[in-house]
Amino acid sequence: MKRRIPLLITFFVGILVILSEFIPHKPFGLLTSGLEDWFMIIAGFAIILGNLNLLKMNAIKIKHKQENWQYYVVAVSSFAIMILAGFLWGTKDQAGLLGQGEAVATFIGSKPFDWLFNNAYEHLAATMFSILAFFIASAAYRSFVGRSPESYLLLIAAILVMLGNTGFGSIFSHISAFIMKYPNTGGQRAIIICAGLGVIGSSLRIITGIERSYLGGE
Amino acid sequence: MAGFMTVFGIWLGFFLTMAIYSFLYKDNPFYKVAEQIFIGLSAGYWFVYTIYNILIPNLFNKLAEAPSKHYLLIIPGILGLLMLTQLTPKSAWLSRYPISLMIGTTAGIGMVRYLSSDVIKQATATMINPFVAGDFWSTIGNLMLVTGTLTGIVYFFFSKKHEGVFGGVAKTGVYFLMISFGAAFGYTAMARISLLIGRVMFLKDIWFVNLTELIAKLFT
Amino acid sequence: MKKIETTRWLLYVLIFLSVLLPLIFQINLPITETKVARGVYNLIEDANENANVIISFDYDPSSKPELQPMAVSVIRHCLRRNYNMIFTALWPMGVQMASGAVETVRKDNPHLEYGTQYVNLGYKAGGMVTLQKMGKDLRDVFPADMSGTSIDSLALLDGINSLNDIDFIISLSAGVPGIKEWIMVGHDKYGRSVAGGTTAVTAPNILPYVNDQNQLSGLLGGLKAAAEYEKMTGASGTATAGMDAQSIAHLVIIIFVILGNVRYHINKKRGEE
Repeated sequence: MKRRIPLLITFFVGILVILSEFIPHKPFGLLTSGLEDWFMIIAGFAIILGNLNLLKMNAIKIKHKQENWQYYVVAVSSFAIMILAGFLWGTKDQAGLLGQGEAVATFIGSKPFDWLFNNAYEHLAATMFSILAFFIASAAYRSFVGRSPESYLLLIAAILVMLGNTGFGSIFSHISAFIMKYPNTGGQRAIIICAGLGVIGSSLRIITGIERSYLGGE
Repeated sequence: MAGFMTVFGIWLGFFLTMAIYSFLYKDNPFYKVAEQIFIGLSAGYWFVYTIYNILIPNLFNKLAEAPSKHYLLIIPGILGLLMLTQLTPKSAWLSRYPISLMIGTTAGIGMVRYLSSDVIKQATATMINPFVAGDFWSTIGNLMLVTGTLTGIVYFFFSKKHEGVFGGVAKTGVYFLMISFGAAFGYTAMARISLLIGRVMFLKDIWFVNLTELIAKLFT
Repeated sequence: MKKIETTRWLLYVLIFLSVLLPLIFQINLPITETKVARGVYNLIEDANENANVIISFDYDPSSKPELQPMAVSVIRHCLRRNYNMIFTALWPMGVQMASGAVETVRKDNPHLEYGTQYVNLGYKAGGMVTLQKMGKDLRDVFPADMSGTSIDSLALLDGINSLNDIDFIISLSAGVPGIKEWIMVGHDKYGRSVAGGTTAVTAPNILPYVNDQNQLSGLLGGLKAAAEYEKMTGASGTATAGMDAQSIAHLVIIIFVILGNVRYHINKKRGEE
């Protein structure tokens, strides 16, 4: 009951989806279409689950006063503020429980949800990833070293591609375009084809029930 | 007030930016706070948009407006709620039903799509006549493309030991993969620099301009 | 240890200056066009009058400096060609990115009108599975637009029922789900032309789809390609402004790589001796 039915669901759903690819008529096409609709809704709940799980994990850390628990209070508070802002006054295009929130929007220049997004989240997200520019420069100096013919190939390709993405002359741009179009595509295509075969293999293992780790323990 | 909030927003952005950059020195409380705000706001955003963009229009509204037409949507609704049982260990096994449905659908669709797009179409795109009349570099390039793809695939074939002729072919594949990884490094460096440019543009064009305006106001 | 720390900070400062100084003192280095970027331009330029276009915002603020200039240029280009633009998002934050891009375009197109020139259908979860459903029934996936207006009352969407009624798709993508899913479903299953832009990180993996099978009609990979597109459309923006800084920073990194290699080989030689 706890494992067999989920395995059967996976099997039937997987087979149904594959069959509908070759027989798109009724009932297969119709069933798959409905299934795709359901998938989106369940995926929505999965996102909610992820959010609530984050909240739960943080709450546990705070409750047990784990090391650095104060920081988790910040995370939970930010989460709560964003949700409150979103549900009370809505987002730019959507009304919230208190309507369109014109008064508060006039007061602060935009709806609270959008204000938080534009003035806090955007900066945090952009900075979080831009910091890697410093690390990549540091790594380039310390670790990007030619030790073998293979690493020299990697090094030279990287330098030429980097030069190609500058404004230091069209010759570099043409060399970089050549590398990207031919040898890079050759290597990447090998990866794509092999990874594709890997996905097909994994999918078959899942559908036939050989791979069942997604069901967890017990 | 809106004007004040705009200025406050710019300065909040500035402080959050600096808090993240403080990590360059070492991990510190400012960075940790900024990091947790990032996590909290991000999760909150996902939560709100999932409700507004998916659950309300695609589930609740449909069920409320035309229940006789959409009554079957009760099933994903229930399955979705079962998904939330993951939060309580005792009833977590119930979430296997929606998970199995999602996994089955993803596996089925993924298998067909990857077979078509990543295997058949990519292989077909490699089966070209490499010789282009009057275009030396395109011919060389096409030969590299075909050789790179085939030898790269040979490299990923691990059921046979890489030795002899087979090993030599696999080694050639490694050379092409190295060029790909080098190109990927070059592009990754470009991406990170672009993001830094975005930040510096904010600091220079928005925050610094605002700072000079504030200073000018102070002295007039 | 102290020497390592000093070198590290020197590298950080140099990288920061290599970005800041060219932004202050613009040198306007030339931007060379590439064929893959031209492919995107041609797809948009050569489509039929009143073409229906999906522009999918599959990214978030962390890739904004790279992808937002592309989004702005693509919207401007489609607007100039009088196409019907349908905005969607496979990433929830793509919705805000779309709004931001529209606001930028509105500055020089104040009469840009919602509902007749563009609609924003918002975000849907599910990636490839949801795209496959869009290929069968777009209206079922998007019963309403972002503000809750029924899709049936949006004039721009008259006669558009599935991906088959779309002329081409532009995906601005920072990862998964994104342009790859659009290629797999939009082009390979439903035969729609697909092009778009990606962050530089993902560009090398996506380039193999620009091929004889036309899986992808063209690709803008990173800020350089965004600047190329701005040049093609004749409206320079933040990508063009950032290209000097990009070029100088690349040069600095290349110098780091060379110095790092010289240091390694000197140390190695000393060790051998």
